[in-house]
This record gives sequence, C-alpha cells and structure tokens, in this order.
Amino acid sequence: MNPVTLTGQVRIGGQALFPPIRLEIPPGQWTALLGPSGVGKSTLLRLIAGLPVGGTFEGSVDGAPQVALMAQDPGLLPWLDLRQNAALGARLRGEAPDPARLAEILQQTGLAEHAYKRPAALSGGQRQRVALARTLMEDRALVLLDEPFSALDARMRLMMQDLTARLLAGRSVLMVTHDPAEAARLADQILVLTEAGLTPATAPQGPAPRPPSDPGVLACQAELLALLIAGDTA
Amino acid sequence: MTLARSGRVLAILALCLALWHGLILATGLPPFLLPGPEAVARALLSHHAVLTRATLRTLTEILAGFALGASIGAALAVLMAALPRLAQALRPLLLLSQVIPTFALAPILTLWLGYGMAPKIVVAALICFFPVASAFLDGLERTSPACLDLARTMGARKWRVMAHLRVPMALPMLGSGLKLAAVYAPIGAVIGEWVGGSEGLGAVMIHANGRMRIDLAFAALTLVTLIALAFHALVGAVVDRAFRRFAPS
Repeated sequence: MNPVTLTGQVRIGGQALFPPIRLEIPPGQWTALLGPSGVGKSTLLRLIAGLPVGGTFEGSVDGAPQVALMAQDPGLLPWLDLRQNAALGARLRGEAPDPARLAEILQQTGLAEHAYKRPAALSGGQRQRVALARTLMEDRALVLLDEPFSALDARMRLMMQDLTARLLAGRSVLMVTHDPAEAARLADQILVLTEAGLTPATAPQGPAPRPPSDPGVLACQAELLALLIAGDTA
Repeated sequence: MTLARSGRVLAILALCLALWHGLILATGLPPFLLPGPEAVARALLSHHAVLTRATLRTLTEILAGFALGASIGAALAVLMAALPRLAQALRPLLLLSQVIPTFALAPILTLWLGYGMAPKIVVAALICFFPVASAFLDGLERTSPACLDLARTMGARKWRVMAHLRVPMALPMLGSGLKLAAVYAPIGAVIGEWVGGSEGLGAVMIHANGRMRIDLAFAALTLVTLIALAFHALVGAVVDRAFRRFAPS
C-alpha cells in the first residue's frame, strides 16, 4: 500500500473547523488521530473512507484503498448470529464467505464457542470483538478505527486494545480517539487535531501494545494532554 | 392471553353490558330504538343462519382486503425507500388517496366493479395500505447510520443492502403498520357492504335498519366488533412473534 494523504480543510456552515492540514498515513503503521470531541476527527476518517460528511470538504484524498471500518457502535444485526455478523461483508456483496478463514478469525477473537449466539446474548466487550472479527474478515490494507473502545469500561478497553493491536499488526491503521492513553499505548505515529490545526507528537518507543504503566507511555500521555490543552487556548 | 387478562376482558365486557342495561332502564327508550342485551342475544340466535353466512362473507372480504392492501403497501414502501425520486413523486398521491373520504369512494367503486365482493375488497385494501406503507417506509428510512456506513465501506450492492439490512431492520415498524391496518380492514369491508350489494354484515345492518329491526342491526354490529377485535389480536400475536428477533437488542 502507498501512503494515504489527505490535504485541505472542512467547513461546516461556512465556518472552518481547523486551518488547512496535511494528514499522512504511512503504510504498515498505526496512526492515532487524537483530539477533543467535535473537532472534526471523525470527519477526516469518513473522508478517507469515502463516506458522506456533514460539512463541505475543500481538498483531496490521495492513495486511499478500500478500507475496513470499525466504529464505537459495533453495528451488529440482531437477527444474525455471531458468525453471520462477522461475515456480513460477503453477505452484502452476494459472495460466499470463506469458512476456514471465518473459523480462524472467530478463534483468534475468542468467539468460537459463541459462534451461534445472537448479539442480544453477548456482553458489550464481546459485541466489540464481533465487530473486530467482521473488520478482519474484510481483509483490507487500511483499517479505520473510529473510537472503537470508548464505550467500554477501563479493563475491557485495555483487553480490546491488546487484542486489536495484535490482530491488526502489519496493517495500516488510522485510529480516531479522544483518549491520550489509548494513543500512547497503540500508535506508531500520533497526530493531535485541535481548532489550531494538526500537530505531530512523539510516539513512545517499543512495540505496541505498550503496557499502560510504561514510563514512555506515561510521559507521552502527559505530552498529549499538554498539546490538547494548548490547542484549546490557541 | 393469560388467565388474569382474560378475566379483565370479561369484567369489562360485563360492565359494558350492565351499563347498556342500566341506560335502557334509566331512559325508558323503547326496544325498537335501543334494544337491550337480551334482545340482541335473541336476534343472534333466531337469525343465526343469515348471520353466519354474512359473517363468512365479511370475513372473506376483510382477509382479502387486508392481504391485498398490506402487500401493495409493503411493496410500495420498499420501492419508495430504494428510489427516492419515485418517493418524491408518489408522496402527494399517497396523501391524496387518504384524504378522499372512503364513503365518497365506495359508491364509485361499486359502480365500476359491480355488486360482488370486488368493491368491498378494494375499499378494505385502500384503507389498509396507507398505514402499512407509511409505517414501513418510516422504518426503511431510519436504518442505523452505523450499519449503512459499514455497508458502504464493504462495497455492498444496493438491493442486497435493502434485502439484508434495511428491510429486516424495518420489520418491527412494518408490524406496527399491519396492526393498525388490521383495525381498519373490517371498517373498509363494512363500508363497502353498506354502499352496495346485499351480502355481508354491513348489508344485514342496513336492511335491518330499514325494517326497524334494530335488534338484528345490533346483532350484526356485535359480530363486526368481535371480528375486528379478534382480527386485531390475531395479527398482533402473529406479527409480534414473527418480528421479535428483528427488534434492536
């Protein structure tokens, strides 16, 4: 995959959300886009995904391949069992899903024993794991994560971060988040988006997922918080 | 229906009968203006052959009208949800079909379709299709945005999204429309019978009225009411059972 770049700005009701920016997603790396709620992070992600956005976009997106999307709302269909939910993409394209691949992914996400359950019978964490399995089934070079763990409790969030980092290793990832700890644990590249624009921050050393207590992770969190606050007063 | 609920329904029924009887005692209205419950029961028994025949006729018209109206309504909703430009063109026509009073339409339909079952079925269908179409269309247009985003990134085909995402998601709304239509279908059939022809419970009511047989008119009215309540309960039970698993968890 080539790097994906987005240049330009977004206006809502004639008002620019932030000054013109240039966002680059390097191949094979995990990029975190951090920022406060309502600053337009998800809008950038939607532009890269080719999804409709609320405002008007002046600029261009280059090199974006077909993506797999995982959002805060797992978007599971209540009438399909877990297996069918994970293979939703094939169903909607009118293809037959690869059964061996489906079995492997359900195994990796720890869902094999629940394969025939419906979403109503699952916990919030399990539902998000189904969403991860569905994302992996799509097998895309670029994976877009839109605050996928923000509705989970702290312990579940850590577990999901670890699982996701392990299973998405080697793919290009753009993760939108408002949680500095999440960015510091998972990302190779961290970009902070505020009303003042897009600011790169230094990601901690070491392979992801990094332990939450790692001194580099803690220092990075502090730096990210400082950048978020600076962006607010700008 | 649970035992407690059956008990409640019976209690309400008994209360209504008591009020009815009390009203006659209090006002002293003669039986040819307002017959008492026992006179209506007598009419039900003495005219059971006529009433059974009329009930079967009306029931057939209700079922056929409901099936026709609901099918057309559901199909139209899917087409309108899939083709927004068609929806834009059809919306005023749909509204028009509902603002024209059914009472005004029924004689014209009789003129066109004759005195048989057809105009009654068409009136029932006309009344049924709107609640079904509008509730289902509402549901189809409110597909979860998260799921639509997913479908887009997955490269889904339009009609597969309709069949596998939008329609199933809107089935609970279709159910609400069907339940409402089940209440309206008997009204449509009886209006049709009032206006033309000599068969069915509506015709029995009109003829009995003309001959001052109010007890027989009330007997027919009682049967229409019971049919409507039973049909509504049946459709409700079937719909709730069939569509339960499509409701958001």
